[in-house]
Amino acid sequence: MKLLNPGHLIDGFEVQTCLHAGGMAHIYKVVYAPSLDGSRRAAEFPMAMKIPRMTAGDGAENIVSFEIELQILSELKGTHVPRFVAAGDLSRLPYLVIEYVEGQTLQHWLDHRETVTVPEMAALGAAMARAAHSLHQQNVCHLDLKPANVLIRPDGSAVMLDFGLSCHAHYPDLLAEELRKAVGSPVWISPEQVVGVRGDPRSDIFAIGVMLYELATGELPFGEPATTGGMRQRLWMDPPPPRKHRPDLPEWLQEVILRCLEPVAASRYPSASHLAFDLTHPDQVKVTERGRKTEGTGFWTHFKRWVRASGMAYRPSPVPVEQIEQVPIIMVAVPHHDVSDATLYSLREAVARSLGIRPGARLACVTVISSGLTSSTESEKSETQVHRWHLSRLQQWAQPLDLGGHQTSFHVLESGDVADALLRYAEGNQVNMVIMGAATHGLQMQRVLATVPIKVAMQAPCTVILVKQGLPFERLAEVTV
Amino acid sequence: MKLALISDIHANRQALQACLAHARQQGADQFAFLGDLVGYGADPAAVLDDIMHLAEQGALVLRGNHDDMALNPPQAQGGEATLGSQGAQWTHDQLSDAHRNFLTRLPLTLSHDGLLLVHASADRPESWRYVDGESAAGRCLEQALAQQQGPHVLVGHVHHQALYFRGAGRGLMKFEPMPGSPVPTPAHRPMVACVGSCGQPRDGDPRAMYALCDRTLQKITFHRVPYNHTEAAAAIRRAGLPESFAQRLEHGR
Repeated sequence: MKLLNPGHLIDGFEVQTCLHAGGMAHIYKVVYAPSLDGSRRAAEFPMAMKIPRMTAGDGAENIVSFEIELQILSELKGTHVPRFVAAGDLSRLPYLVIEYVEGQTLQHWLDHRETVTVPEMAALGAAMARAAHSLHQQNVCHLDLKPANVLIRPDGSAVMLDFGLSCHAHYPDLLAEELRKAVGSPVWISPEQVVGVRGDPRSDIFAIGVMLYELATGELPFGEPATTGGMRQRLWMDPPPPRKHRPDLPEWLQEVILRCLEPVAASRYPSASHLAFDLTHPDQVKVTERGRKTEGTGFWTHFKRWVRASGMAYRPSPVPVEQIEQVPIIMVAVPHHDVSDATLYSLREAVARSLGIRPGARLACVTVISSGLTSSTESEKSETQVHRWHLSRLQQWAQPLDLGGHQTSFHVLESGDVADALLRYAEGNQVNMVIMGAATHGLQMQRVLATVPIKVAMQAPCTVILVKQGLPFERLAEVTV
Repeated sequence: MKLALISDIHANRQALQACLAHARQQGADQFAFLGDLVGYGADPAAVLDDIMHLAEQGALVLRGNHDDMALNPPQAQGGEATLGSQGAQWTHDQLSDAHRNFLTRLPLTLSHDGLLLVHASADRPESWRYVDGESAAGRCLEQALAQQQGPHVLVGHVHHQALYFRGAGRGLMKFEPMPGSPVPTPAHRPMVACVGSCGQPRDGDPRAMYALCDRTLQKITFHRVPYNHTEAAAAIRRAGLPESFAQRLEHGR
C-alpha cells in the first residue's frame, strides 16, 4: 500500500502528515475535511487515522487483528486508551480514526535516557499498572504490552495502544484456534500465552514486569527468543535477579519486578491495582528472599520446574472482572480522636468479615490527621514522631485481626479535609471497598450537613460500608478500662 | 433496525409476554419466531393468537418439530410415549382450525437480508438436527453458504444460547455469550447463533431467553428475561399435563 499524500480525503477526513509507516499499518494525522461551503468542523481533540497495510500477499491475521482492535477500541472508555472517533467499512476501506495522544512511548524513554532513576521507574510502572487495571475492569486483556505500545503523557499517566492481539471476555476471541498457538511478542509474552492461554489479566502484569526489568537493568529478562522452544523457557526459568546487573537497585524494587515475572500466574500480583499499590508505597513492600538475592536460581530447581512445565497446556481463563473482584483492595478508615472503643471494635469486626470471604484481598489501614498537628520546630511534634505514633496506633488496632494471607499496610494521611483525603486515597489506589464508621459526629447532624461518611459514601468511586457501633455486652468490661 | 429472535416458546404465554415486552423496551422493531411455538406448555391457543396477530403486522414465523407434532400427534407405540409426544394430543385438541391452518402454512426456513432463519439446522431442516457443537454448527453453516444464504444463520431447537464463529482457525468455534452484553457480528464474518429457548430453558436458570440483532450496529445481544414461571408451571398443573413439564419451568432444566 502506498503512502497517501497530504490533502487526500477519506470519508470526511483529510489526511495530513504520516506519523508512522510500520509493517502492519500506516498512521496519519487527520482533520475533518472541509464541507461544501469551505467551512471545516473543529475537532474536539487531535485525531490520527490508522490504515492497515493489506495487499494480496497479506495474511488473514492482519485483517483479524484490525477487526479486534476496532471492536475493542470502540467499546473502551477512560483516559488510558485513545478515544475512538470513526471506522471505515472493513470490506471496503478499512481504517480507524482515534484520538492522537500527546506523549512519548516507553520505547522512546528506553532509547533516549541514559539511566532512569528508581522513583522514575516506580512512577512509570505504577502508571502502566493503573492503565492495565482500567482495561481489566472493562473485561479487556491487552496481551501485547511492550514499550512501543505504552504511551506516557506529559502528566506521567499511561495510555495503552494497539489492541490488535487483545481479548475481550464478552466477545468471541477471533485469535483463538483449535491448535493453541502462542500469540504475542516474544520478548514480553507471558508463559501462559506461550501455551495458548488468552484472557488472563496477569499476563499483562508479566509484560509490565518485563518492561520494568528492562528499565531497571537495560537487559531483557528472557532475551529475544526466535522459536517457540525459546519462548517456553519462561515457563520454568527465573530471570537473573536485576540486582545482579545493577547492585544499587533497592531490594523492594527487585521484589516487585520478580513477583511480576513469576512463571505461574497465581504467584504474581493478583491484580494490576495491587502492583500499582506496591510501586507507590515502597516502604510497605514486604521484601523476601526474592528481593534480596543477587544470584540466579540453581540448576536443580530449574530442572524440576522444567519437567513440570513440559505438561503445561491450554486451559480456559476466568473472566477478568470476576478474577480481579476476588482480590480487592479494602481500605479501612480508622479515626484517631473522638472515637469510642465500640466504634473501633465494630470497624474491626466489619474488616474481619470482609477479609474472611476474600482470601486474596489486600488491606490498607488509613488514618487522617489534620495538617496542623505536626510542627517542624517542636521535636515531639515533628512529622516523623507524629506519624510514628499514629502508625503504631493503627498497628495496635489491627493486632486482633487474622491477617494471614492478606497483605496489609498502614498509612497516615495529613489533610485539613478528612473526607477529601479518604476519597483521593481511594481513587489514587484503585480501592475496591471503603469501610468506615457511620457516625462520628452524631446522626442528627447528617440531615443538614454533609458529614464525612456521607460525603465519602456519595463521592467514592467504589463500594462504601458504613459501620454502626455496637459492642457485645460481655466485651464492655475489658475494653472500657 | 433491531430484530428480536424468539424461539421454542412451547406454549408458555408468560415467557412470551415477558420477552416481547423486554424486546420492545430495547427498541426491537421487528420480530422473528423460530418455531416450536407450542408443545409442553399450557397456553397453545393464546400463544398462537398473539403470534398470528404479530404475523399480520409483519413478524417472521417458522415451523418447528413440536408444531408438526401438534398438527399430527404421534400415536403412542405400545404405551411408550416420548416426553414430547405425551402432550401433543392435548395440544392438538386445544387448537382451532384457524390455528392449525396457520401452523400448516409456516415455512421451515426464511432468508432475510443476509440472515438465514431456521428452527433446527440449515443442514436438512426437515430432519430437525441439533446444532449442539462445533461440528454440527459447521455443517449447518456449510449448507447455508452452499445455497447462497447467510452468512449469519440463526437457529433455535437446542434450548441453549451459543454463538459459533470463525476466527483465525479453519473450523467454527463455540462462544458462550454473556447475557445482556452486545457481541460484534460484522456482516463479512460467518456465524451460527443459537438464540435459546423462550418458554422452556434447560440450563438450570429459569429465566426466558431470546436474542436481539442490531442490524445497524452489526451486533447481537443474548438476553435472559425473568418472568412469572411459577404461574406458567401452575397453568401446566391446572391443565392436567405431566408434572415434569411444570417442574422443568421451575428449575429451568
